[in-house]
Amino acid sequence: MVKINGKELNIAGKTVAEYLLTTPYDPKRIAVERNGDIVPKSQYGKTILKDGDSVEVVSFVGGG
Amino acid sequence: MWEVVDLFPTKEEWNKALAERHGKVLQKAFSSATVAICGLGGLGSHIAISLARAGLGKLILIDFDKVDVTNLHRQQYKANQIGSNKTDALSENLKEIAPHINLEAHTVRITEKNAAGLLKDAEIICEAFDDAEAKAMLTNLVLEAMPEKFLVAASGMAGFGSANTVKTRRITSKFYLCGDEVSDVQSEGSLVSSRVMLCAAHQAHTVLRILAEKFETE
Repeated sequence: MVKINGKELNIAGKTVAEYLLTTPYDPKRIAVERNGDIVPKSQYGKTILKDGDSVEVVSFVGGG
Repeated sequence: MWEVVDLFPTKEEWNKALAERHGKVLQKAFSSATVAICGLGGLGSHIAISLARAGLGKLILIDFDKVDVTNLHRQQYKANQIGSNKTDALSENLKEIAPHINLEAHTVRITEKNAAGLLKDAEIICEAFDDAEAKAMLTNLVLEAMPEKFLVAASGMAGFGSANTVKTRRITSKFYLCGDEVSDVQSEGSLVSSRVMLCAAHQAHTVLRILAEKFETE
């Protein structure tokens, strides 16, 4: 299981990019953290999610 | 541009007053710090004023825009500054409050190309844009290319939701996020100074807590 934003999901083996495609996140408005480190945008397609990973997708909204 | 005049407190008087309020250790930590503020709108103008009052040594102020009548309801500018560069207007306002602060102003749009040069001297960077894509761009850029720096970003302060939903979260050891994380200006349709100031205060306070080495645990 992979924990994403606090929720356990059965997506081990998928890449970050594959996971994001199943979500409504706008890729231009997000930052992805995995096990305490930021995942570079260029690595979304190469970063494979593993059992026990803890991921946070930060999705920015407008206003400031 | 504003000049230090005789009636103003001297640098020694200013530092002494701050040391009395914060203690010598924190006063030294604040006065030797350099913080960059990216975007000088509702968030950035308030962050800058809080940090100047706290005795920050140097602020790097970055914004390409000019003060407009539509800014005055939530940003720290005055009616007589409409038409001025935000960098110039805010520098003037900051010098009135904290005449000895060291300011470096850049009237440019921050891009992936120029960011490293603009931000190189900052140990902490405040993301204070209003556009969601620009926020994400700067966040990814800083965290990927400048791993030694702290980033304090903001998301979600539009509308009239409760003040109590605006908070600070630690995402990584170098990345702090302030705001309610959901209230988008597009869907909320409003942006008021009180709620923007709450978020800016979270950001400024997070900067001071980082400098004081009081880190959020979550």
